[in-house]
Parts: sequence; structure tokens; C-alpha cells
Amino acid sequence: MSASQILSQLPVGSLATVRDLPKQGTAFLRLREMGLLPGTSITLIRTAPLGDPIEIKVRGYHLTLRKSEAEHIVVEPATAK
Amino acid sequence: MAPDFKSPSPARAPVFALVGNPNCGKSTLFNALTGLKQKVGNYPGVTVEKKVGTAYSQHGHALTLIDLPGTYSLAARSPDEAVTRDVLLGRRADTPQPDRILCIVDATNLERNLYLVHQILDLGRPVILVVNMMDLAAQAGLEIRIGRLEQELGIPVIACEAAHGKGIIELKLAMSRPDLPLSRHAWDVPAAISSAVAELQASLVASDLKAPLIARAEALLLLTDQDAMRVAGSTPLSARTAEILNAWKKRWEAEGTDWAGTLVNSRYDVITRLCSELVHRKKAVTGPSVSDRIDSFVTHPVWGWLALGGVMTLLFLSIFIFAEHPMNFIDGQTAALADWVKGSMPEGELRDLITDGAIAGVGGVVIFLPQILILFFFIGLLESTGYMARAAFIMDRLMGSVGLNGKSFIPLLSSYACAIPGIMATRTIEDKKDRLVTILIAPLMSCSARLPVYLLMIAALIPGESVPLLTKVGIMLLMYALGTFGAFGFAWLFKRTLLKGEPSMMIMELPPYRLPKLRDIALQMLERGWMFLKRAGTMILGISIVLWFLATYPKAPEGTPPDQQMAHSFAGMAGHAIEPVIKPIGFNWEIGIGVISSLAAREVFVSTMGIVFNVEDAQENTEPLRVALLSAKWPDGRPLFTPLVCFTLMIFYVFAMQCLATLAVVKRETNSWKWPAFQLFYMTGTAWVLSFIVYQGGRALGF
Repeated sequence: MSASQILSQLPVGSLATVRDLPKQGTAFLRLREMGLLPGTSITLIRTAPLGDPIEIKVRGYHLTLRKSEAEHIVVEPATAK
Repeated sequence: MAPDFKSPSPARAPVFALVGNPNCGKSTLFNALTGLKQKVGNYPGVTVEKKVGTAYSQHGHALTLIDLPGTYSLAARSPDEAVTRDVLLGRRADTPQPDRILCIVDATNLERNLYLVHQILDLGRPVILVVNMMDLAAQAGLEIRIGRLEQELGIPVIACEAAHGKGIIELKLAMSRPDLPLSRHAWDVPAAISSAVAELQASLVASDLKAPLIARAEALLLLTDQDAMRVAGSTPLSARTAEILNAWKKRWEAEGTDWAGTLVNSRYDVITRLCSELVHRKKAVTGPSVSDRIDSFVTHPVWGWLALGGVMTLLFLSIFIFAEHPMNFIDGQTAALADWVKGSMPEGELRDLITDGAIAGVGGVVIFLPQILILFFFIGLLESTGYMARAAFIMDRLMGSVGLNGKSFIPLLSSYACAIPGIMATRTIEDKKDRLVTILIAPLMSCSARLPVYLLMIAALIPGESVPLLTKVGIMLLMYALGTFGAFGFAWLFKRTLLKGEPSMMIMELPPYRLPKLRDIALQMLERGWMFLKRAGTMILGISIVLWFLATYPKAPEGTPPDQQMAHSFAGMAGHAIEPVIKPIGFNWEIGIGVISSLAAREVFVSTMGIVFNVEDAQENTEPLRVALLSAKWPDGRPLFTPLVCFTLMIFYVFAMQCLATLAVVKRETNSWKWPAFQLFYMTGTAWVLSFIVYQGGRALGF
């Protein structure tokens, strides 16, 4: 059992599953269309040199988004084994 | 030829549209199919590039191929994507609705790429699916069952490696087929929104006269397009359809239905299921990929900046070093041509018009062609290798501090060479306001046309035969810094006032690194070069002739010394007319002529000063001009070019909008006269105010 977290606070390198993202807003619709949906697993690859934006791996490719968007995305970290 | 093509006239070549995600190899495929038989222009009404080429079927019949801008979804987020959507939906009167669609996907990234395919199949047009980069997928340990995909979708699916020319013949065979099956792909619209889709579809058929299948696709699209991006040149929705759409949206909002999300989810459900049957991982790939390893260096907090700095330095040095010889060559050829005309034509007005007006004017612009070609070569290289996205990733935070995003970085960087390609490069910015702000501030980056002015002023500023290198570099850096900080200051201001909006989004794919396709880069470079020549050249030719006319007429009375001609001309009158305005910033009417004439292009200032102060060969050698400038005086005997005036003039040139070619490009890119006019006003206004402060302040301090 792991608690929900928000994407922008996930440590670099961790695996997680998307749980929820806002329904409204063009940015979030585009993120969904890019394959970031509830249930999708992602890996946080790195943050940019100045700490923002972040880079995640989703459905086998790399995607960047800003922390201001990542703050609204609820994820569930995978239990590390 | 084929009964299947719904073309009204048998003479028209069937139209194929080429669509796909960005970075899927679309341009390479387009180039492979069409070779040099392509035309590039703009869509009328919008400034999105229109690339149309001719390919030939296996039987030698001509096929028209339209390369549509890359998009992730038909729910458009940028003008480029809106054009793709509108062409596919037949919403544009200026482009024939494609008879068939070539949909290209990246085999290494099938799941996300199929999202667009899923939307395209809804359109009810014959589709050929091209699965590109099969080699890279195999390298990544992926096995893709093409046959199975063909079976599932019921359309031809071609495995392809466009970069190596593999699969092109098979693709051409498929394109030559007279009959193409429509996709069997059927999926159930989620129950929550199905009645809305049905109602919208019915209205689109009845009120907007759409074919039923297109109407269904459009109905689905209307539901995801939360803030529908409209571009000029597209037909709007009928009032009835818009009304139905709004009614449903209101109802769902009240009920809390996430209609757009439901739609996207159900598409991905179908795709995920499909992919689980199609894609097999043959071997587990161990360790980080080559791209990951490059990225851990290139986006590293320390090395990343060094790499970016290195790339930028290389770019600048190449622009200045490699361009030098071709620029000198063009300069020499222009002079030789002018000499030849002088030698072979009788002396007279017409000869002067050709040599001093047309040849000198156009030559002054063509001379930038080598720099522009080099710049576009670099941009193409950075883009096709995938580094450009990394540069945007690294720079986003910094650009974000003034409200822009990382994608503005390259256009602004390009503007140091010349604002024209920089402004053309803003097309990669999706957000309209971000793009506009970037266009507005781009000419503040000190372009290379300012260099001759800086050099002349620095030479006049400092007494003695030669200027110490360190002083020269120092002053030059100061000018570049002024322009750059000015640009960021204005970006910050515009984003807070004039173009206030939601913070821009920065949702961007970081594509894997790939070897550049030199052929594609060269093609693009030539296209851009040609566009520059056409856009800037025609305008500059006209302006040069006008300027020549203004400097030549009316003629001074017989017997006036030739150096007085300028004072009698329209240009001289204009210089005198604006003298009251420029006197407070230390300029007299003669400098005024230079300021007016450099509206055409800044570097014209140098040759104008040569004409005004009657110095032969001012272009070739600034030394006599420097001497002439230093001996120029106000009527009361004060020296004209004091160090303070030279300095003020440089500051004026940093900020003033003095490039008609840029204004012409801004007009094209923004599709209105409003923005270039605004740019002219705000930049020149700032230039005047700052010059006033510096000049009056300097005088008060006793300089």
C-alpha cells in the first residue's frame, strides 16, 4: 500500500502510476492525448538543470511538462522492490 | 482513373495527404516520394507552411501529395495543427479535400502514434498506414506484427524505413491501387456521450452539408476541442450546430461529466488492447539507451550548460566565419555587376537607377544569404538530431521567468544573425501569444546588419588610427547585452499587459537522438533561402528604387557642387523635416537621412553616410568615412560626431525598428498590419527615449 503523491514531488528515478489529473484545461487534455491517463505507468527521468520542467517516460517515450502542470497530477508511487 | 477517387474532374490528380506525429519521419518520406518536385508556400489566410509535391504511381500517373504539419491529435493546439485538422475535414476552401490519407507512424512509439491514426480512421477516407522506423524498433527489441495490424484495421499497412528508402516501392504500389478498402475499424462511442455525438452528427449533415462519416468524426472532435483553435480561411460552424454543442457542454458541466476525458480514454483503451496483440518484446533491453546516455550528459546541471554554450558558440562562429568568404564574394560580384553596367550603358539616370538603386539595394540584402543558409543548416541539424528539444528543455525555466517558454529560445538565438529567419522559426511555438511576443521582441536581438553601424561608430568614437580590440569587444558586448535585456524586458512587459493570458504550456516530446538526414536539411535550407530572397528581395528592390529616387530628385540647380545634391533632394528635405525631432538626441539632418534610409536595412546607414559626406567607396573602406565623420560640424561649428553622439547613435540602432524586410515578414507571419506597425512604434519610440536620456544625461554630465 502506498499513499498518493503529486507528480511534481516524486523523486527522480521513481516509478509511479497516474491516478488522477484535472478534467478541464487544454494542457491536461493534451497530456491525456499524449497518453498520460489514469492507470498509465510513468517513470520520472530527470528534472531540467534549473529544476523545471521535468522529464517523464510514458508509454515508451520521453515527455516534458512543467511543474506547474505536474502539481495537479496525482500519482501512486510503485512500491520499490 | 480510379472509380474510387471522388474527384469531380477526371483531369485532377488524386490528392494524398501525409499526416503523422512530429518526429515520425514524415518529411523524409515526403522527400523520398516527391524528390525535388515540391512546392512550398503558405496557406492563404494563415502562415502555416504549405508543402505540396508530385509523386508518381507505379503506372506513371501523377499523384498530388500534401505534407501536413505534424500533429499529435486532431484536437488542434496550434495554427499548424489547426491547418492539418481543417484540411483533413475539408474545412478549407483553398485546399482540395484529400482523396486518400497516408498516415505515418513511428514503430518505436506505436501506442502514442496510433492515437492520431484512431482519429484519422474516423474520417471515413481510404487510409494507408505507413509504419516507419522498423529498423529502430527491431534494435529496441520490438517485434511488430504488420500482418496482424493490417487484419485488425482492414487497411493496407506498409512496413518502412524511409531513411534508407526501404518500403517506398511497396508504398507506391499501395498508392497506385485503384481501390482501397475503407477501414473496418469500428469502435463504440462511450455511452455517456453517444447521444450528443449522434445529435451533432445529424446537425452537421443537415446544416453544414457534411458527408455522414466526416460529420461523425467532426462531432467527436468538437467534443474534445475545449477551446477550439480557429484559423483564418476555414469555414465556421453553422449556428445550429454551435448551439447544440453549447447546450450539451452546459448540461455535462452541470452533471460533472468529463466528456473529453471519456473520449480520450476510450480511444486509448482500444489502442492499448490492439498494441498488446501487435507488439512483442523479443528481448528485454538492458541498461540505458544511447539517447539516455547522451541526455544524462546534455541535460546535466553542469555539462548541459557547457554543451549548450558550446553549441551556441559554434553556431555563432560558423555564421560569422563561414559566411565571410561567400559574403565577400557576393559583395564583389555585386560591385562587378554594377561596374559592368556602368561600362556598358551610356551615362544617365537609368544607369544610376540600375547601379545605385537596384543593384546596390538588392545586393545589400542578398549579402545576408550565406548567413541565413548557415543558420538554417544549423537549425535543421539541431532539429533533426533531436538536440533542439533539449535546448528548449534546458532553457524553459529561464525563458519562463519572462513568461515565455523554452521554444522561444532558438528563434531568439537565430535573430542574432538576422531577425527574418528567427521570426520564421517561431512557427514551432504552439501558443499564439507566446509566438506573437517572440516575434515582437526578436528584432531587438542585435542582428548582423547592426554590426557595420557599430563598427563605424566605434571607429569614430575613439581617437587614433586603430581601436584596441578589447575596447571594441567591450562596446560590442554592451550593445548586444542592451538588446538582449531590452528584449526580455519587453517580453515580460507584453506578457503582463498586452498579451496577458494563461501561462504558456510546455508539453513537449523529447525525441530520441537520431543521425541527421543531410538531404532533408539541405532541401529545407534551400527552401528557406529561396523564401528569404523572394520575400525580402522583392520588397527591398522596390524600396531601394524609391530611396534612390528620393536621394536623386529633385535635382539641385546647375552649378551646385555635387555634395550639395543630397541637401536638395527629397531625402535631404526629409532629413531637415525630422531634424527638430532628432536634435534632442544629438542628431542633425544629415544623420537624419541615414536614419530614414536605414529603414530599408540598418547597414544602409554606412553607405548613406558615405553619400551624405561625399566619400567614395564608403563600403569598402571605412577609414576615409571616419575622417569625414570626424570633421563634420554643426552650423555653429561644434563637431557633429562627438563620442557621446556616436554612443547615442549606437543605442538608437540597438532599439529602433529599421528593417522593412523584417516588417514585411512580421506582416506575413501575423497576417495583419497591426503588429508590424506596433513594432515600428514601440521599438523606435524606445530608441528615441533611451537616446534622449543618454544624450541629455551625457551632456549634463559634461560629455
